[in-house]
Amino acid sequence: METNDLIKTLARDARAAGPSLTATLAGALLPALLVAAVVFFAVLGPRPDFMAAAATPRFLLKFVVTGVLAATAFACLPALLRPGAQNRAMPLPLLAPAIIAVAVLVEFTAIPRSDWAARWIGTNNLVCLACIPLIGAGPLAVFLAALRRGAPTRPALAGAVAGLLAGGIGALFYAAHCTDDSPFFVATWYGIAIAALALLGALLGRRLLRW
Amino acid sequence: MRSAGEEELADLLRASIAGDERAYAAFLENVAARVRAFARRRMALGGADAEDIVQETLLAIHLKRHTWRQDAPVLPWVFAIARFKMIDAFRRSGRVKEVDIQAFSETLAEPETESASSRDIGRAIEALTPAQKAVVSSISVEGCSIADTARALDMSEGAVRVAFHRGLAAIAARFGKP
Repeated sequence: METNDLIKTLARDARAAGPSLTATLAGALLPALLVAAVVFFAVLGPRPDFMAAAATPRFLLKFVVTGVLAATAFACLPALLRPGAQNRAMPLPLLAPAIIAVAVLVEFTAIPRSDWAARWIGTNNLVCLACIPLIGAGPLAVFLAALRRGAPTRPALAGAVAGLLAGGIGALFYAAHCTDDSPFFVATWYGIAIAALALLGALLGRRLLRW
Repeated sequence: MRSAGEEELADLLRASIAGDERAYAAFLENVAARVRAFARRRMALGGADAEDIVQETLLAIHLKRHTWRQDAPVLPWVFAIARFKMIDAFRRSGRVKEVDIQAFSETLAEPETESASSRDIGRAIEALTPAQKAVVSSISVEGCSIADTARALDMSEGAVRVAFHRGLAAIAARFGKP
């Protein structure tokens, strides 16, 4: 087909249909949270002493860190889907690792050396490694589907950020179940579980987000 | 054809997205000329066909035009898409050459008049579902309007638009694939 004929053909389909990109992304948020909530309450549920724990700073910090990670990853997505767009939000997801790094330093000074290993290994780190990806898998699928409407010039990076977002959501829910509140534990085991989802997102993004 | 500036192109694309077919044709012609110059400069050493890059970029621009922010400059967006499609084409042509040198020499021997693109899009149209194929050929090959196509095929205009859009998406997805 000649290029001029292609132009005439495309011109017939001029009007753009469908919601805006930001609306698509915002629309994915609710189903992603719903899927995560369903898996969380079906498989785990909150820990028995949830109300008592809610008053302790270490427990609350888990929600701050995972919430910040999810919010900053979400903020990075729109520009990753617009070719040629500058992404000023890109350094923001480093905020969550920075917060947990400071918390780890504080924990070193607050806890006697003899307790470090026990706090680090925790009581259920394998459950943590299994359940954060389990809760995050649904949100990752929802976000990858939404990302397909975009035009990521770096599909693997876009997928990885979607994985961070899904990992943040999965960890946010899992934190309500988990009785290991030490920043040592969170930095290590939450970190590994979230990184695994980011890696999965990158691999899937390379395949699914081509356009 | 007159070359339009950045602001003028943005105006044309805004009008197109609102449904102005003539503005859209003018926008695409301008973009095609710019992308053609860009692709030819970068393909001086051979590789993919520059006109393939132009057509693939136009299809991608069409299917992803909602990724342009209407208050953002339009040319960085256009060239980011063109660059992405060119890298894709280079990767593909590299693969083809490795696979079979015989196939490559046949390509060289083919008459100049038939461009690689005419084969690619033509083949992609053949692979559409029957309904999509009927709609796309009516509009693109026979040059009928959406309304005429709807009447001829006894479909609603909305259904024609949907089938047409999906057909174009399927063509873009198949572009350059064996």
